[in-house]
Amino acid sequence: MAEVRAEMVANVWKIVVAEGDTVAEGETLVILESMKMEIPVIAEDAGVVAQLKVAEGDVIQEGDLIAVIE
Amino acid sequence: MFESVLVANRGEIARRVIRTVRRMGLRAIAVYSEADADLPFVQEADEAVLLGPASPAQSYLDVEKVLDAARKSGAAAVHPGYGFLSENADFARAVIEAGMVWIGPAPETIVQMGDKINARNLMENAGVPVAAGTREPVTTLEDALRAAEEIGYPLMVKTAGGGGGIGMGVAYDDESLIKAFEQASRAAARFGGGAAILLERYIERARHVEVQILGLADGTVVALGERDCSVQRRHQKVVEESPSPGITPELRERLLAAAVRVGEAVGYRGAGTVECLVDADKQDFVFLEMNTRLQVEHPVTELVTGSDLVEHQLRIAAGEVYPVEVAPRGHAIEFRIYAEDPKRFFPGPGKISVWEEPSGEGVRVDSGYVAANTVTPFYDPLMAKLCVHGATRAEALERGRAAVAAFRVEGPKNNLPFCAELLDHPEFASGDYDTGLVSRMRS
Repeated sequence: MAEVRAEMVANVWKIVVAEGDTVAEGETLVILESMKMEIPVIAEDAGVVAQLKVAEGDVIQEGDLIAVIE
Repeated sequence: MFESVLVANRGEIARRVIRTVRRMGLRAIAVYSEADADLPFVQEADEAVLLGPASPAQSYLDVEKVLDAARKSGAAAVHPGYGFLSENADFARAVIEAGMVWIGPAPETIVQMGDKINARNLMENAGVPVAAGTREPVTTLEDALRAAEEIGYPLMVKTAGGGGGIGMGVAYDDESLIKAFEQASRAAARFGGGAAILLERYIERARHVEVQILGLADGTVVALGERDCSVQRRHQKVVEESPSPGITPELRERLLAAAVRVGEAVGYRGAGTVECLVDADKQDFVFLEMNTRLQVEHPVTELVTGSDLVEHQLRIAAGEVYPVEVAPRGHAIEFRIYAEDPKRFFPGPGKISVWEEPSGEGVRVDSGYVAANTVTPFYDPLMAKLCVHGATRAEALERGRAAVAAFRVEGPKNNLPFCAELLDHPEFASGDYDTGLVSRMRS
């Protein structure tokens, strides 16, 4: 199980995957936006998206849980 | 001269414009979003009007709200700063129609130069050199691939209406062109400016050199020297200097003359910047685009010319006719202090716990924040501009090193360590660098 957390304060601009999806290593899970920059959040390991804790438009803080990959 | 100015912007540039407006004895009116209520530009204005929520679309980009604030506060003129509505011709027109003075060029000029394809074609016709590129808007991938075959790789792919490096990408072959085209199209759809894409021959090992021009009220156009903006990450400027260490006096003369020609070709009024790409080996240049507004890096020109560009903007907008003499002196460098990590340049907003600006001879800091402010994720990451001036480039570099070391920021991430690293980098120190410098430092 791998937790994917936010590296910075950001807005969630786009959700790319859904809970239950199978993702490959390096695949984009969500796209954040901070300070006019798009920042893709990627899966560091392959697996299944067990939990997706954010929604489009959310403002998230550094360290907030974005997703859990199993 | 009008008696009041509404500054339709935020952060360091709003604060900087307000400073000159007040020094000239005029009333300064700020507008701000809920996220910016505690920032110095709001406190330092004579009057401040809340626009709305943090999101730019609901505050600084909302034409109706800004116009409403201008009407309600009785503003006689509007200064747009850079970014946001500064190159929005509809906004400029609405300001003029509301009976206020627009501090910028005519709306028609903004339209002419705002479309990069149109600007390129216009300049080519005026006898200003442009890079090989598409003369018509490219809207489909098939057209892009066909154009690439004609022009040849490498190619710069950008949106015709965009700015600030957003959506720009370099393509070296069909495969990377497909990626760059999609990225540019996405950016165009998202950040506005229409779907048109422009392809241009990409010059590797180029320097980005731009000329500051002033279109005076009597119609003459003068050039206030150049700025070298070749230190870039993600096609966005980080450090600028004047004069450019990479051009000969002969090339400088040609560049300045071409910039004046550009201004004359569109009947330019006010402060504007003509951006060019310089091939340092061949000592040749091509026109890139024109920015019809005040530029972020304008302090570099102010330091070497001993002038106040905002004052020029106000006096020209008020119709004052006066002579402008240019006698550049010494060397100036600007470091953009961004809220970003100094390694990967990823944004790192946050609450400022420590903010100590350097000071001393030849040091100027234009900042948007003070201690206890919060740098939020809603706007661009520029926190401050650290500018140094010296009699020579060597002296400016020395002052830059001392000032970067003395600048203390804690809380948000910041690129001061990158600035220190750059100052010690042999390529930058030598002056013989190009737009690939930062990526070489990080590869």
